Parts: sequence; structure tokens; C-alpha cells
Amino acid sequence: MSIAFYLIAALTVAGGLAAVLLKNTVHCALALTVAFAGLALFFLQLDAQFAGFAQILVYIGAVAILVVFAILLTRGSETPKDGVFSRNWLAGLVIAAGVFAVLGWAVLQSVSVLPHETAAPTVTVLQIGNALMRRYVLPLEIVALLLTAALIGAVIVAMHEKEGAR
Amino acid sequence: MIETLDQIFVLLQHWLMGLLPAGLQPAAGVVLGVVAIVCLFPALFALTTVFERKGLARIQNRIGPNRVGPLGILQPIADGIKSLTKEDIVPLSADAAVHFLAPLLMVVMVFMGFAVLPMGRNMVLVDMDAGLLFFFAMGASTELSVFMAGWSSRNKYSLLGAMRAVAQMISYEVPLLMSSVAVVMIAGSLSLTKIVDAQNHYTWGLPHWYIFTPWGLAGFLTFAVAATAETNRSPFDLPEGESELVAGYHTEYSGFKFALFFLGEYLAMFSISGLGTTLFLGGWSAPFSFLGWVPSWFWFFSKMMLSIFVFIWMRGTLPRLRQDQLMNFAWKFVLPLTLVNLMIAVLWRFLGEGWQRWVFCSAILLFAYAGMGLAGMRRGHFGPRRYRYAE
Amino acid sequence: MTPLASYLIVAALLFSIGLAGALTRRNAILVLIGIELMLNAANLNLIAFWRYGPHPEALTGMMFAIFSIAVAAAEAAVGLGLVISIHRHAHTTDLDAMNRMKG
Repeated sequence: MSIAFYLIAALTVAGGLAAVLLKNTVHCALALTVAFAGLALFFLQLDAQFAGFAQILVYIGAVAILVVFAILLTRGSETPKDGVFSRNWLAGLVIAAGVFAVLGWAVLQSVSVLPHETAAPTVTVLQIGNALMRRYVLPLEIVALLLTAALIGAVIVAMHEKEGAR
Repeated sequence: MIETLDQIFVLLQHWLMGLLPAGLQPAAGVVLGVVAIVCLFPALFALTTVFERKGLARIQNRIGPNRVGPLGILQPIADGIKSLTKEDIVPLSADAAVHFLAPLLMVVMVFMGFAVLPMGRNMVLVDMDAGLLFFFAMGASTELSVFMAGWSSRNKYSLLGAMRAVAQMISYEVPLLMSSVAVVMIAGSLSLTKIVDAQNHYTWGLPHWYIFTPWGLAGFLTFAVAATAETNRSPFDLPEGESELVAGYHTEYSGFKFALFFLGEYLAMFSISGLGTTLFLGGWSAPFSFLGWVPSWFWFFSKMMLSIFVFIWMRGTLPRLRQDQLMNFAWKFVLPLTLVNLMIAVLWRFLGEGWQRWVFCSAILLFAYAGMGLAGMRRGHFGPRRYRYAE
Repeated sequence: MTPLASYLIVAALLFSIGLAGALTRRNAILVLIGIELMLNAANLNLIAFWRYGPHPEALTGMMFAIFSIAVAAAEAAVGLGLVISIHRHAHTTDLDAMNRMKG
């Protein structure tokens, strides 16, 4: 594998590790942004330019900012007195390690039957547009409804309660 | 001769590439383009700071910098020396790593946006199929750097300024994108070079720029408003207004880091003006077909500097909008107008050539604009303001 | 190891890191961060399989990943809205303290 792959992989995994291990919550959110950027670079390396730019636009441009806003609005930047890991952290770690072991074993066992490298597909935005409007028009409309519902729902959930209802 | 002058930078690049062995040539071509952008735009930035200070001064009935060099032209050099030699103060409780990275991230992301702008015929650094999407992705990342700057300073005013700035930038990002979607729909491509090519035709000597269509004019106006808000320029500069929040999210920055923020803000202004000229004003195409002999890069840069001039003019003329007025304006006026604009663009496309589409589209747009403006106004009617004085 | 296998291993690693984060941290927002990491790892899997699979011109993997990005953004918005609302009520985001339905 090329050196670029290893560099991007190191960046992404380091960002992910920092996102779950750091004590300061805002630093975790910024490390998450680094992980998102690493993933966008992976998508660009896999010739999925549209997905890569959409990843940057949506995740770094919106989700990361959403997370930091939520951290600031819930005073997450103050370090808690009982430490940042929950009481049963060991069980969580063991489960995660188990999941990784199973997934890694599955991948390594099936290396011989995995598809091999085909020629790089040239994906134009025109093809994506066609696909979205012809074959995938139903998922597109459902995602639009979902986003509307999420927008309205998030506003209602986070709205201040009316004074009379308390 | 005309061709040579038009393509002079491309020919220069190819000649320099030819001096190197064949293996290094593609990389050298890209590096030359990057070096050109990195040298040219900060130089333009220096020129614009003088332009702005003199322009604002004249609007405000004073003279502006006139000590350093004739007419104050060498003022940026003095400013550069000042900002480089000032002490770099980092507050003790500030988050040093994030504090350091915020201006860097902003400048890097803004420079990346220049890579897809077609600055002349065949003069685009990377001709991407999804160039517009790439540009907006880079612009979205600058919001994060604003937040990082405000939060890392551990200063209430910085944090408040940063939150306001981020809220403003996110709110105006949606109208910015929606105005461009109308252009993409009519041009049929996300690639900026194809959008310019679609506008590079002339009818009776007049160009086919998108601003000369009803939906293009409305789109350009909403794009301009959203662009002014995205770059935190007056009248949307509450996050960094001097009389409001000290200096907002760059309060705790001194010396070179402040200069980097300043550079980042002006470069963002350049890049979004460049995008506006590409999408609506025809990019590098000449205004009249008989002026086609003038080099294409001259037209691009003059249109961009015209937009900068309008930015400076607006700064000197309009009062600042309050945060809630600004947000109301974005969500309740500009965004519905961009949605109406999208419908108009569709109608334009499907009505076909002829005078009907001009009349229908202009009528619907004027009706929507007047209707929404009237609905948002407290007075309920258009007309001069009547003042009530205390008795 | 084929290129596809290396991408899958990286995706599996990211997934388990996100899972560990979601299961071990106290702060509710960090659990959401872990979930976002898991969703991103799944997206990487999708795009890797699309690229190295038999019919990349059908664009199935890329479409799936784009829809997944949209859905993940919506879910993050609603989840964070919930966390803000809970904080307003219980004045804490500590998940170890919020272990009862009452109050």
C-alpha cells in the first residue's frame, strides 16, 4: 500500500483515539474533526470525490460545529470531578476489543475471496445526478422528509418549555 | 499577439515547466500555479488594505493614510513591519495549541478555495468536476477556525464573538449555497470552468451573463448579501465590530497571528468575490463581444476588484445589523427568496426562449420580494419613516 | 493484504474505537462523538467496497454513503438537541448520574 494510505490511516486513527481518550471535551471534538478530515482524504483516495467533499461540507462544516455548540451549551468544558471514564469502563473496552477482534479476523480470513482492484471508476457529477433522480429518487425524497422531521424535531426538543407548563 | 497576451501566464508556466526534466513536469506545473496564487493574492490584499482605508476615509470625509509613500501607497509595508515585530502575547490560561492553530487553519482553508477559480481562459489551478462543491467545503471549514479562535482565548468577549460569528456564518451559508444551486441548475454542471463557458456567448454584442436574467439578478443579490455575512463584513460585522465586543474572536491575538486573521478575512472576501464573478458575472468573459481582444484575466480581476469596491462602499455607508436582526433577515427573508429564485430558474428553463419568461419570472420575483418585505416589516406599508419625538 | 482488506481493517479499527468511546465515557456528548465515529467507519467500508467491488459504475456504494452522511447529520442534530434538553432539566450530562427514569 502506498505511503499516502499509511499516513492518512495514522491521522484518522490518531484523531479517533484522541477523540475518545482526551479529558477536555472541546479537544475531543476537535480531534473528531481531524478524524473526519482523514476520512475525507480516504474518500478522495478511493476516487469518490463527491462523497469526500460532501463529507467535508457536512461533517466538518456542520456536525463538528454542532458538537462544539452542544458542548458549550451544556458546560462540558468544565472537567468533571469523578473523572471522565464511567464506572464500568473496563467492560466497554473489552467489548470494543472483542468487536475489533471479530471484524479483523473476518477480514483477514476472507482476503482471498475479496474482490480485487478494478480500474478506477470515473464518476462524474452528472452520473450522480442521474442516479439520484432516476434510480434513487425514492430514498432521496425519504431522506428529505427525514431531514425536515429532524430539523423540526431538534428545534422542538431543544426549545425552552413554556412558562405555564412547568 | 492577442492570444499570446491572453495566455501569457499559461505560456510562462509551460516554458518554466519545460526547463525541468519530463518526470518532474506535472508537479512543477502545479507548484508554479500554487506559487503564483500564494504571491498574487496577498499582494492584492496589501493593495486592498490601502484602497479600503482611503476609500472609507473619503466616504467619511477625511483623507486616510497619506504619510507612507505617495498617497499612502506604501502603507501596507509599514503595517506588515508593525505586525511582524509586535510581541506575540498568548494569555496564560489560553489553550496554546488551539490558539496557535486557529489562524493557520483559516488561512490554509481560504487559500484552498482559490484552487478552483478560473482566473482566465485555461487559467484554473485544478479543473475539478465538482469544483463548486469543493469551494463550499473549504468555506465551511473556516467557521471551525473562528470557533477555535474564540474558545481558545478563554475570554468571555472572544467566546461570545465567536459564537455569534459562527451562528451568523452558518445561517448565511444556506442562502449562499441555494443561490449557487440556481446557477448550477441552468448551467448543468458543478464545474466552474463549464459555468463560465456557458456564459461566454454574446447576443447582439451583449453577453449572456447570468446577472442579466431575472433569476440571475435575484440570485446575485442574495449571493452578495450572504457573501457579505459569510466574511463578517459590514453591515454584518457584529462579531468583530470595534465598538461592540472589543475585537470579537480575535481579541487575544496580537502581532503576526492577528495579521493572519486579517489576511484570512480579506482573502475570503477575494475568493467569494471571485466565485460571485464566476457564477453570475461571467467569469473571465468580456462585457461586449468587440472587447474580446482584452486579456481574459484582466476582466476577471477587474470584476473581482469591482466587487471588493462594492464591499468597501457598503462598509462605509450602511449601519451595522444587530444579531437578532441579522438572523431574522437570513432565515425569514433571504432564504425564502432563494427558494423562490430556484423555482423561477426552473420556470425560466422550461418556458423556453421568448419574452414570456422575462415577464413571468420578473413579475413573480418582484411580487415575492415585495410580499416578503412587507410581511416582515412592522409598519405594514412602504413609505418614508415617520418619527415620534419625546414630548 | 489487498488494498480492500487494508481499508476494511482501518474501518474496523475506527469502528471499535468509536464503540469504546461510546461505552466508556461519562459525558453524553462523547457518547454521541463515538457514535459519529462508528457511522464514519461504516461509510468508509461502503466506499471501499464500492471502489473495489464488481460494478463501481452502478454507484450503489457512493449513493449509500451519501445518504448515510445525511442521516448521520440528522441523527447528530436530534441527539445533541436531546442532550441539551436533558442538561437543562438535570443540570448535568453525566450518564452515570442519569441512571433512573424518575425525576
